[in-house]
Amino acid sequence: MRQTFAIGIGGAAGQGVATPGDIFAKIFSRRGLHLNAYNAYQSIIRGGHTFLTIRAGPEKVTNMGDCIDLLIPLNQDSMNRHLGLLSAGSACIYNADTIKPGAAGNCVQLCPLPVSKLADITRNKVAQNTLAIGAGLNMMGISFQALESVLTEQFKKKGEAVVTENVGIARAGYDHAAPRFKPFAWPLPMTENRYAVLSGNIAMAMGGAAAGVKFYCAYPMSPSTGVLHWMAAHARKAGIMVRQVEDEIGVVNMAIGAAHAGVRAMCATSGGGFALMSEGLGMSAMMETPVVVIDCQRAGPSTGVPTKTEQGDLWQMLGAAFGDYPRIIASPLDIGDCFKIIPEMFNLVDRFQCPGMVLCDLLLSEGRLSVDPKDLGFTPGIDRGELITRANGTPSGPGISGDYKRYKITESGISPRAIPGVPGHVHTAATDEHDEDGVLISDEFTNTVKRRAMMEKRMRKVTGIEAAIPPPALWGPRNADVTLIGWGSTSGVIEEACEILSEQGISANQLQIRWLVPLHGEAIVEILKGARHTIIVENNYSGQFARYLRSESSYVPNGYIRKYDGEPFMPHHIVEAVKEQLTGKTTLSVPAHEIMV
Amino acid sequence: MATSLAAPKQLALADLKGKVDPDWCPGCGDFGVLAAVEKALVELQIPNHNVVTISGIGCSSNFPGFINTYGMHTLHGRALAVATGVKLANHDLTVLVTGGDGDGFGIGGNHFVHTMRRNVDLLYIVMDNQIYGLTTGQTSPTSRIGMKTKSMPFGNIEAPVNPISLALAAGATFVARGFSGEQKQLIELIKQGIEHKGFSFLDVFSPCVTYNHDNTYQWFRPRVKKLEDDTAYDPTNWLAAMEKSLLWGDEIPIGIFFERTDILTLHGAEPVLNKGPLVHGDTRIPPDVARSFIEELM
Repeated sequence: MRQTFAIGIGGAAGQGVATPGDIFAKIFSRRGLHLNAYNAYQSIIRGGHTFLTIRAGPEKVTNMGDCIDLLIPLNQDSMNRHLGLLSAGSACIYNADTIKPGAAGNCVQLCPLPVSKLADITRNKVAQNTLAIGAGLNMMGISFQALESVLTEQFKKKGEAVVTENVGIARAGYDHAAPRFKPFAWPLPMTENRYAVLSGNIAMAMGGAAAGVKFYCAYPMSPSTGVLHWMAAHARKAGIMVRQVEDEIGVVNMAIGAAHAGVRAMCATSGGGFALMSEGLGMSAMMETPVVVIDCQRAGPSTGVPTKTEQGDLWQMLGAAFGDYPRIIASPLDIGDCFKIIPEMFNLVDRFQCPGMVLCDLLLSEGRLSVDPKDLGFTPGIDRGELITRANGTPSGPGISGDYKRYKITESGISPRAIPGVPGHVHTAATDEHDEDGVLISDEFTNTVKRRAMMEKRMRKVTGIEAAIPPPALWGPRNADVTLIGWGSTSGVIEEACEILSEQGISANQLQIRWLVPLHGEAIVEILKGARHTIIVENNYSGQFARYLRSESSYVPNGYIRKYDGEPFMPHHIVEAVKEQLTGKTTLSVPAHEIMV
Repeated sequence: MATSLAAPKQLALADLKGKVDPDWCPGCGDFGVLAAVEKALVELQIPNHNVVTISGIGCSSNFPGFINTYGMHTLHGRALAVATGVKLANHDLTVLVTGGDGDGFGIGGNHFVHTMRRNVDLLYIVMDNQIYGLTTGQTSPTSRIGMKTKSMPFGNIEAPVNPISLALAAGATFVARGFSGEQKQLIELIKQGIEHKGFSFLDVFSPCVTYNHDNTYQWFRPRVKKLEDDTAYDPTNWLAAMEKSLLWGDEIPIGIFFERTDILTLHGAEPVLNKGPLVHGDTRIPPDVARSFIEELM
């Protein structure tokens, strides 16, 4: 079992849940600890209930885990919702002036803070938060110095007086805890490592910058807006043109326009915005202009649950835009992968001149993870494919337009792409069916021979894409009792569920799918051929991946674990479902989310 | 070929001839617009490889296929969004957007308004025939009240949009109207629209001889009055332009309603483009900048 420590901070939106979260995250990452943070929140700016989980440990922390070691409820509501879920060895620090604890479980330490005695609450409205941070860090065995330096950084913009005041309050909390509260049994270690802490949205935005994206545009939509925010804030330093557009239809068309003119262009949205982009993706395919679109999935359909996670957009993406065309769909496995997957996707779409779609979700987009800075390299390989620019484009023949054929029929299906401005390569790119030279008159697109040749030319690119994408691999022991199959963001939680199962005597391995289209169906069947018991785990109602896998390979697993309540899986959800299924009780488990957030 | 390097070839009308001839109905107003655009480009001597003609969908939107410049035949209503992306990626290009009234004011209405307020530096020519042609004759956003079409057989009951007033209200910095039957003026309007730094809107009466029997050449000819013939008219006066835009009936003004040059274009206002077009810039983020991005997260 990996050693971890989890803090849960609950309160109303606007009560300042985020700041203590940031402070803990900074202290943990500077101690060289890995961390994973997930914020369960509501679509409300003030009020409601927000619950932030930060889980840290010396090894990689792949998900929010099953239990909270330290609960900090900032209001009565949070106390009521979460205290009962604490288990032995954990503690709850709370403002004794305003919050009454309910019945706590055995060996749960209640740590009341006399807030009005320890701080001047008329001056500092969030004194209870700062006191709790101080008390908590004392109980974790972390020096006050670590907190002092982070607080100084946090408040230095507001001036010396604010820094002094906050450090003083934190100190009062720290000193109050020392003689009164029992330290945690396991003091947080320190390592020499240093990590960057970032969200999936920041990772994808930075991945775009690393890939050489020069044009980014978007319409704000949760949970994708973080990509826009990073891009906008860093646009001038990174030399990226960033635009906020009137709607997602405009977004995808603008991005394709920029891509057509020769730059790498990207946009991000959520399911509703992606629906509006659908026709544009068909244009990208027909004009053979590469573009990368990110969909940060949230619970649907329609406006759905804007602040909750789901893996419910797979079939929308599989069917986006009408007609058959080559497309590439990938789903990042964790926040570090959100960074890596973008340059990979751009190299593919540039080579194969087709749309690329990244299927992310709220869990990764808005969650935070510690990532080794070495894994955030800004010099990935860049392959622009067969691109004719001013630099390499020479007039290809006599006359002003030359004999260049934009949609030349080739064995690979890839036709060298000239960008506007290059002499000798003048052509028209059309969304109507067209001939090799781009001509779109009715006589041509009702010509069955030419239509068939162009369809086959475009679709031949699929063979090349398949060869460029590696098949998935099985992780964990061979001949396991159970094989868990997941895709995208469930990677980390399934990994931990496998470890827990193994500790409990059930050997488990994992097949996690990153590339969804093209899907290496035959390779997957080959891997699963020898599996004893297979279960597909996904965050949606209908088993979208299970249905897709069956349609591509005829493969039917032994069972399914699904969750569609808006919250991500916790490891025990999967562990208990696997045990239930191995006894033959059911083939479909839908774990209940015990925490009301 | 050495001679072509020494003395660049002059752009001639023949160079702009598309790979295929237009398939518009004989007598269609769009022929006149195509001819005027070609003549304007020759007069301005803009090399055709530096021009991108971008359209949506519809009869007039087949335009890019009939002229030998770089072209994009995009989606119905989306030409302006695509054109904005093209211009921002390479602002050295001359961007022409062509389309019809249904494409621009109906399905593309949202992009029309926002592209104008952004002052994207391009010329948008709407071949306005007050009817849907390629779908065989339905009411358009500029069809008059009472007009009978296949989709409104008992007569249109919806008020038409006034493209000139709308463009003025949305902040277009060059607003003009032409008539396919007034070639000389149309060529001048296109030239000035291309040379204007900012969003140029040119609404052109381009009669549909097949489906619109109300707004014909014969109907327009006695009504159109050139604004430049009125020496008292000041096209820098926005309020006067707005007032003029409301004239319709026996007298319909054509010419430049409004022009202002004191507002930055979108690409001119964006510091990221100070060093030149994006498409010619460095792909890599400088190492020190990349480092600073990561350090922010530590």
